[in-house]
Amino acid sequence: MSDAIERPAGGAPPWGYASAPESTDVVRLEDRYGLFIGGEFVEPKSGRWFPTISPSTEETLADVAEADATDVARAVDAARDATPAWQALAPAERAKYVFRIARQLQERAREFAVLETMNGGKPIKESRDVDVPLAAAHFFYYAGWADKLEYAFPGRGTPGPVGVAGQIIPWNFPLLMAAWKLAPALAAGNTAVLKPAETTPLTALLLAQVMQEAEIPHGVVNIVTGAGETGAALVDADVDKIAFTGSTEVGKAIQRSTAGSGKRLTLELGGKAANVVFEDAPLDQAVEGVINGIFFNQGHVCCAGSRLLVQEPIFDVLLDKLKDRLQTLRVGDPLDKNTDVGAINSKAQLTKIAELVESGVEEGAEIYQPECDLPERGFWFRPTLFTGVSQSHRIAREEIFGPVLSILTFRTVDEAVEKANNTPYGLSAGIWTEKGSRILHMASRLRAGVVWANTFNRFDPTSPFGGYKESGFGREGGLHGLEPYLTFDGGPR
Amino acid sequence: MTQAAEVSSRTPVGPVATAPEAARIVARATAVDAVGLEGRAASLATRSIKREAKVWGLELAIRCMDLTTLEGTDTTGKIVAMCAKAMRPDPTRSDVPSVGAVCLYPQLVPVAVEQLRGSGVAVASVAGGFPSGLGPLDARLQEVRDVAAMGADEIDIVLNRSLFLGGRYAEAFEELVAAREAAGRAHLKVILETGELGSYDRVRQASMLAMAAGADFIKTSTGKIGVNATLPTALCMMEAARDFHEQTGRKVGIKVAGGVRRAKQSLQYLVLVHETLGPDWMTPERFRIGASSLLNDVLMQLEKERTGHYSGPDYFTID
Repeated sequence: MSDAIERPAGGAPPWGYASAPESTDVVRLEDRYGLFIGGEFVEPKSGRWFPTISPSTEETLADVAEADATDVARAVDAARDATPAWQALAPAERAKYVFRIARQLQERAREFAVLETMNGGKPIKESRDVDVPLAAAHFFYYAGWADKLEYAFPGRGTPGPVGVAGQIIPWNFPLLMAAWKLAPALAAGNTAVLKPAETTPLTALLLAQVMQEAEIPHGVVNIVTGAGETGAALVDADVDKIAFTGSTEVGKAIQRSTAGSGKRLTLELGGKAANVVFEDAPLDQAVEGVINGIFFNQGHVCCAGSRLLVQEPIFDVLLDKLKDRLQTLRVGDPLDKNTDVGAINSKAQLTKIAELVESGVEEGAEIYQPECDLPERGFWFRPTLFTGVSQSHRIAREEIFGPVLSILTFRTVDEAVEKANNTPYGLSAGIWTEKGSRILHMASRLRAGVVWANTFNRFDPTSPFGGYKESGFGREGGLHGLEPYLTFDGGPR
Repeated sequence: MTQAAEVSSRTPVGPVATAPEAARIVARATAVDAVGLEGRAASLATRSIKREAKVWGLELAIRCMDLTTLEGTDTTGKIVAMCAKAMRPDPTRSDVPSVGAVCLYPQLVPVAVEQLRGSGVAVASVAGGFPSGLGPLDARLQEVRDVAAMGADEIDIVLNRSLFLGGRYAEAFEELVAAREAAGRAHLKVILETGELGSYDRVRQASMLAMAAGADFIKTSTGKIGVNATLPTALCMMEAARDFHEQTGRKVGIKVAGGVRRAKQSLQYLVLVHETLGPDWMTPERFRIGASSLLNDVLMQLEKERTGHYSGPDYFTID
């Protein structure tokens, strides 16, 4: 039988993952997109357009209108005009519209996922399994509250909407952030003007088409595209509330310019989260959690676990495991469903990450990067670990917003808490231990809006999310996320 | 020389710890988080294996297969037929490899030894009071010695879950060390019966105990209870084997058994092996799949890869 058994030897076995790219056929892109104002796409008064590209190929996907102050004012007027009828609608009727948006998102989930990946560079497995389903879940969740508002905050008086909400969202979770902003605003009876990020406007514009299909009354949702100036114009426009997610620097500027204006404000800003691994942690799962905590969405996550605090006795073994695991991370075409780490969102962000990593090397931290081929075109950065990091290094203090992990050690629980809190930020933190009492002890002492125990980067529409200190104020998600969109004095301003 | 022959001619190893040390190893085993473990296993199961890699993986699955029959109704005729299938899974194609081993009850070992002589396919026998492992220790050890003497290349025994779950780790360990010694030159696979252990923490502890006692393989299940091999359980055992290798330099094999019926499942297990333990474990020497009905599905998938279309079940022999 030996003839049947022997196989030619020599050469590496052809074991590997076949590229499994998601087809882009499902996405039908227009050549250019106007501003979504009053229920239709209109030409910008500014007369200006800008290209939006795919960061993984650098190809132009479409041209998008750039809204100036006049355009923004037009959008806010449309929202203002739509307000009385939207607020007068029976709450259950309003809920129907929001449910409709949620269902449409599910219907067109694949289209949204592919477009999100094309425009933002994130792996398709994340846009498919996280961004789009969570966005739909937020609309479903808040739709449910629309006709139950008077039961949501007992003893607070009659709830009513705030009015027109100006909402400015970042490029890391373009569709999901739009959902976080729009879902509670609409459910509470507000109208909205949404400004997506300059580099990632396309899924918001696809969402505008969903608004049309769902027959959302004209003007209830308006979407204006543009860069920082457009955002600034929205902040200065005649809106009743500003909700902003983005950098701390811009958040501070917004707070300055809204001060004294009577506009309500919620800010969800940067972070430098500590992921704290204790000696008794489930190590293999902690490794996955640490990897997910920092390399999820290329580290473009405000709550990313960018500082790893490891208890000294397990430092060596954990570091070895992390390095091993880094070797199996697959960096490349984000449309391939096997890809773990996609493209950096923009050239500007790539430059910023490279500059901070350079500073880490210069300040004396030890860098580790796995060997992996990077595509020639597009914006890419190798998953990076730094050891020998101290609290004073820039890579331990500043938000890198990229796939770069700074590893520090600690000896005692007190030292872990002290180091974790020793940052101007306070958005999230992670604790890895088998000891339940230690989880509770740590969670109560960490100054962070979200504390994950034995997991990281988990989100749910029922769970509030937001920061301490320079990570901002106000919460999104859950009842906490509904409150900023409500007044309790009997009506709008 | 074939892989299976290499396996059976290797020198057996002894335990790496004393019984009291083994008890401490179990008590101090690293914790396992069920949610994280299951999440990781599920995400690895979505990796795409296609074309050359798929053909190579399917052929490896055959080479790693312990073609198994463990029924009270097994007869000489049944074993003769199964051995023929084991040596030449697809009579129409000589390029399909033989399976790694046939796995059967002790009484039928001489039949298989006779049938498989010189074929490179190993003879594996269950022993040690399979499937409960709760007979008198002397009788269980004698059974291990007997099947080794009859010419079994590999012996699958069960962990004494009564001792293990009762916290009597040192005694459970000593039983395994004795079984390892009784097996002589035969390869010892220790079945943890993970479906009865109750948690992944326990699976990891049992894995560590068996590896420290000198097991050549740790195996998920007997196939005789409701819950058999699952991806997360196998991943848990692989992570234990990875750490054991890191700590001792010893490479212990993994055998999944029970409920693996589809070619796709076998590829998913291979993905887990490669991601967790690396290419050194992608061989019948360190990875096995115990199955009775998997083979024909693998053959059918291989045929589909070669011809582009599926054949009906009647085109594959059912021995």
